[in-house]
Amino acid sequence: MNTQNPKKDTKPKISERRRFLTIMAQSIGLSALGGLIWTGYVEEAKASPLLLRPPGALKEPDFLRMCIKCGQCAEACPYDTLLMAKPGDGLPMGTPYFIPRDIPCYMCTDIPCVPVCPTGALDQKSVSSNEGGREVLDINKARMGLAIIDHESCIAYWGIQCDACHRACPLLDEAITLEYVRNERTGKHAKLIPVVHADYCTGCGLCEHACVTEKAAIFVLPRDVAMGKPGDFYVKGWSKKDQERIKERNLGKLQTKTKMSEKRAEDYLNMDEGLFDE
Amino acid sequence: MSRILKMRYLILRRITQIGLLFLYFSANAYGWKILTGTLSSSTLFQTIPLADPFAILQMLSAGALMGVNVFIGAAIVTLFYGIIGGRAFCSWVCPVNMVTDLANWLRRKLLLDKAERKVWVSRNARYWVLVLSLIVSAITGLAAFELVSPITIFNRGVIFGMGMTGGVLLAIFLFDLFGVKNGWCGHICPLGGFYSLIGRFSLIRVRHNQPNCTLCMKCKEVCPESEVLFMIGKKSTTVNMGECVNCARCIEVCDDDALGFSIRDFATTEAKGDNR
Repeated sequence: MNTQNPKKDTKPKISERRRFLTIMAQSIGLSALGGLIWTGYVEEAKASPLLLRPPGALKEPDFLRMCIKCGQCAEACPYDTLLMAKPGDGLPMGTPYFIPRDIPCYMCTDIPCVPVCPTGALDQKSVSSNEGGREVLDINKARMGLAIIDHESCIAYWGIQCDACHRACPLLDEAITLEYVRNERTGKHAKLIPVVHADYCTGCGLCEHACVTEKAAIFVLPRDVAMGKPGDFYVKGWSKKDQERIKERNLGKLQTKTKMSEKRAEDYLNMDEGLFDE
Repeated sequence: MSRILKMRYLILRRITQIGLLFLYFSANAYGWKILTGTLSSSTLFQTIPLADPFAILQMLSAGALMGVNVFIGAAIVTLFYGIIGGRAFCSWVCPVNMVTDLANWLRRKLLLDKAERKVWVSRNARYWVLVLSLIVSAITGLAAFELVSPITIFNRGVIFGMGMTGGVLLAIFLFDLFGVKNGWCGHICPLGGFYSLIGRFSLIRVRHNQPNCTLCMKCKEVCPESEVLFMIGKKSTTVNMGECVNCARCIEVCDDDALGFSIRDFATTEAKGDNR
């Protein structure tokens, strides 16, 4: 972008070859400048992790790669749950998301938002289960997020009787259970406290929508944000399922090599090396 | 009546632009199933897929492995503009065209063109932006132009609610009004550049009939890509450059019947105009 008209005749003469090279260098330089700003902007825009995606959405980086921003999922949604990020929202532009406190996902059994996705950013397989050799849509397999309870502001944890989230939960007694505990403060009452189970919670947000506190004490976060990861060092020795988890671990990476561990444990123990002062 | 006749293509273009926006809008608002989706990707009559080939190209560059439907959709759109319409998307479909046309009209009315130009951008900048958007897509793993495209932002704004979309459009309006003449559509927009490349060999073209021309230059004044009209008053031929948006404003403003729609003239070789 020059700031003035190029006036060729008033400038000192340069060869055509020189002019061409200069213009190319300018263009490439300006493109690099633009590219840096653009890349920076895109990287910033990508880094908004507190977003709930429609059912069947791929993991966030893949979802952002695959979503063509056509809005057909949002149009298919009968409850107007799905919104399309627009300027001012501060979210990756044009991608679908939802705010469960306003409108949660009502978990339609025919999941109209997923099959209309033209690119596969919403993966139909991930919300289907095999029933008698046939793929059938199964919204219970959706993992849009995970409900988290703030024990400090949940009035059931105070001891006040409330089971609004439990009753609102579409997977009642699976995704949210009510646990019976003694109220130590009064010494003679019970508390019925809601507990979320990540194995079942779809992240639909009906609980967050139903919560009676001013700002919801139970709220849905993206699973990547809400959940920790024990890693390969910690395994439930009593659970076959958990042992499956570490089958593909890379042992080479896991082993710690110190001077002591160079020898096998029994060799190390049976040798007198280092036991006596030389 | 003659005034309306002088604007017949302009009126038709506004009807298609607004009509398409309305069809998209009604799919969401009233549940009509005529045209669902947005300009990025849509479904016509619930069966025919349509997709923006430039968006697909960026997504491929970002490393997305997509379903077959979007490729069929992109092929349909590419073939339509490539064989028939040329760069007609820009003047007959794109909603941002209404904003930049308004800026351009005001520019003429306020005689802003007569003042000294302060900012200069090459018309080839859009091809640099096009290549750049593919590179940035590859680096970031995200369709780069789609994230900032005012075309789809405006389009989605009409369908799903505007938010701060007005700010984006105002920026383009100001750039075109006080910055560069036809700055966005004719210099920067990589989608326009993309359709210029695709529409390079399309059939529907504006034809110049040189003997009728009185050299009034109204056509060049109104043309958003005036470099494509380099043959005015020089020789009878079709406007073959891919940058022509087939908006037909030149045909409308011509009082001498020296311009009209026609089928591409294959005999004449493609001559380059001044790219400035």
